[in-house]
Amino acid sequence: MLAVNQLTCLRGERRLFQQLTFELPEGQWLQVQGANGAGKTTLLRVVAGLVAPQEGEVTWRSQPIRENRDQWNRDLLYLGHHAALKEELTAVENLSYGLGLEGFSSSPEQLNAALHQFGLKDREYLPVRYLSAGQRRRVLLTRLLVRPASVWVLDEPYTALDVQATAFLSTVIETHLERGGCAILTSHQTLGLHPGRTVSLG
Amino acid sequence: MNGFVMALRRDMVLALRHKSEWLTALFFFVIVTNLLPLGVGPEASLLRKIAPGVLWIGALLSTLLGLPRLFAPDHADGTLEQMALSPIPLPWLVAGKIVAHWLVCGLPVVLMAPLLGLQFDLPVRSLGLLVVSLMLGTPLLSAIGALGAALTLGLRGGGALLSLLILPLYIPALIFGAGAVEADLAGISAQGHLSLLGAILVVSVFFSPWVTSMALRIALE
Repeated sequence: MLAVNQLTCLRGERRLFQQLTFELPEGQWLQVQGANGAGKTTLLRVVAGLVAPQEGEVTWRSQPIRENRDQWNRDLLYLGHHAALKEELTAVENLSYGLGLEGFSSSPEQLNAALHQFGLKDREYLPVRYLSAGQRRRVLLTRLLVRPASVWVLDEPYTALDVQATAFLSTVIETHLERGGCAILTSHQTLGLHPGRTVSLG
Repeated sequence: MNGFVMALRRDMVLALRHKSEWLTALFFFVIVTNLLPLGVGPEASLLRKIAPGVLWIGALLSTLLGLPRLFAPDHADGTLEQMALSPIPLPWLVAGKIVAHWLVCGLPVVLMAPLLGLQFDLPVRSLGLLVVSLMLGTPLLSAIGALGAALTLGLRGGGALLSLLILPLYIPALIFGAGAVEADLAGISAQGHLSLLGAILVVSVFFSPWVTSMALRIALE
């Protein structure tokens, strides 16, 4: 269970959200709603542990994430606004170094198979520089298939994806939930997921 | 440890695909140290006298050239966020990046230095000592520089600020590094200089990854 207790976050003088409380049991997902600039990304960064909140805390399995960073970082998969891809590296290299920096090992076959699933056949060994925005996004999302984690924190995962990829991403998220994982995501689109919880900001 | 190797390998692969980056640093070193004898004139005794200082300043400035790119690209594309959220402790990853920076920006300078020392009419013994002092000194420059790069990350005009912040911290390395070669030229033992340089190296290599990681976490907030 992921729990957010009495979270307050300021940006400069502006109060983005205050006394925000919600819980997310395993197998459930949560959509963060709000206008542009309402603080959705900041909330996700606070939940991931990148930003310290002014007040309140985030707990994972009853332990504050800031005190138990090792376990939390193992269980967390955070995909932010940025692609976190190096243009000079190929898709496979990007994934394998990304996993390596997190202490996971992977085989090229496994990464190839995952990239195929995301519709990137024959693009595995091209430098990412030559891929389109949507394809880069798909490379990033392939991490969902190869990086084991129970909590997914996804910032605008549906951006730049076409219809097929959108549908596939929804099935990937559904499978993750069925396996007992949980997910928090921000999105402006209607999602092809079973109804989840929502939090509205602003 | 695994993460250290991974971060090191990744940065080396990136550097090899971006050859211009480290070649610029090396080229800068060669040019600066080449221009000086041309400007000062061919008086051998004078050249010998200024050689340690010139070569050391060249090495120092060329290491500085690569520093803004140590964390900035990773910060811009979100890789740094992923590193901060990695189950592997951030200092290990940072240590890998620092070593990669030294291999790319420091080691070529060390290897090139004796060749450039020849045109300052340095005796062979001093050339050897120059290599030893740079070998001890350039990793130190990378380690201290990483801290500056992390502190100025994401700031406007970070490059200029980085130089202002880091160059004063480089002064001890410069004094003892160039001092070692000068002492040797004057016929005194360089042991004291080298020991002090080694001591600063050990302290900075030990603490730099930790302090740099803290600075990076602040930069990410």
